[in-house]
Amino acid sequence: MLKAAHPERPDALTWAFLGLGVLLLPVGLYLALSAPPDVNQGYLARIMYLHVPGAWLGYLAFFVTFLYSLLYLFRQDPRYDRVALASAEIGLVFMGLALVTGMLWARPTWGVYWTWEPRLTTTAILFAVYVGYFLLRGAIEDPELRAKAAAAVGVLGFINVPISYMSVKWWRSLHQTQSIDLTTGKIHMDPAMLQALLFNLFVFTLLYLGFVRLRALVAALEAQKEEA
Amino acid sequence: MRIKYLLGLLVILGALGYLIFGGLGQNLVYFLTPSEYLQDQPRYQNRPVRLGGLVKPGTVRYDKDRLELRFILTDGVAEVPVFHKGTPPGMFKEGQGVVVEGRFQEGVFQGTNLLVKHSESYQAPKEGWTPEEVRKLIEEAK
Repeated sequence: MLKAAHPERPDALTWAFLGLGVLLLPVGLYLALSAPPDVNQGYLARIMYLHVPGAWLGYLAFFVTFLYSLLYLFRQDPRYDRVALASAEIGLVFMGLALVTGMLWARPTWGVYWTWEPRLTTTAILFAVYVGYFLLRGAIEDPELRAKAAAAVGVLGFINVPISYMSVKWWRSLHQTQSIDLTTGKIHMDPAMLQALLFNLFVFTLLYLGFVRLRALVAALEAQKEEA
Repeated sequence: MRIKYLLGLLVILGALGYLIFGGLGQNLVYFLTPSEYLQDQPRYQNRPVRLGGLVKPGTVRYDKDRLELRFILTDGVAEVPVFHKGTPPGMFKEGQGVVVEGRFQEGVFQGTNLLVKHSESYQAPKEGWTPEEVRKLIEEAK
């Protein structure tokens, strides 16, 4: 995900991710809207096709931030810091999407928009930590110190991702456990729904990759301007 | 210098890890089961608590005019009578997992908030039972 030393415009790979993502988005929407309703929730279950990709990309993005923050701490190369920043920003957008769609889904199914149960609480903390990440970045003027401090938050903040993911298993919660369980490999979903969900996960991941590369490029241009 | 950073990070990581897995884990209880509540009743007296369990089949009484819902909450061992004022959420039904927020008054749990838990399993309805078809059936029956 690194850029050449003096980038001016997005490279072919960035365009490919963005182009393919935008192109396939309507296909994902079509699959989501043609997937069968759930036997208990009816059409409400379709919020899943936005909610799950949002949460997945939030987790993935914060993992990428974690990785590049570590790399920055070891190598001190500002390019790593820019990827960490880009991924945290995009991750915050996707996590916000997961929170909003989750609330819209919770009201008609659980009966409330919000409750302080483990999954929701840990995710709210996760969201707050990465808002803090940007507050911290804004507060520090010296680029090197800013990058170092941000990298520390990028590494520490990530602890919350596995906690948030596992919270539904570790503690009593209102949120249901994973329908596609990565720890046991079990899938509790109609094949047609699974297909639509996996396709949307794929499309949103393409968009995420494109967005991060684009955002890192913008950050590089900003840094160039800051230097000049 | 770098080793110092790493050591600092490790210390913080360890502390957070201990907090989460060692200490906090015991206190992070979102809801009590009826058995837990009944075992330690004096502790929760006159305190708002969340009770979680299943709606015992055959015990739901709902007064549509006064919006009064009564049912028995069970965890398979202990049972607690629940009273809740308000319309039940759409997915409330017998045998469903629910979490009720409220407090005990004279042996009845007075719910202020009723939350419905649903399973992680998503399945398509059987042939002829999609939401539109069910709606049609209801309208035809009117």
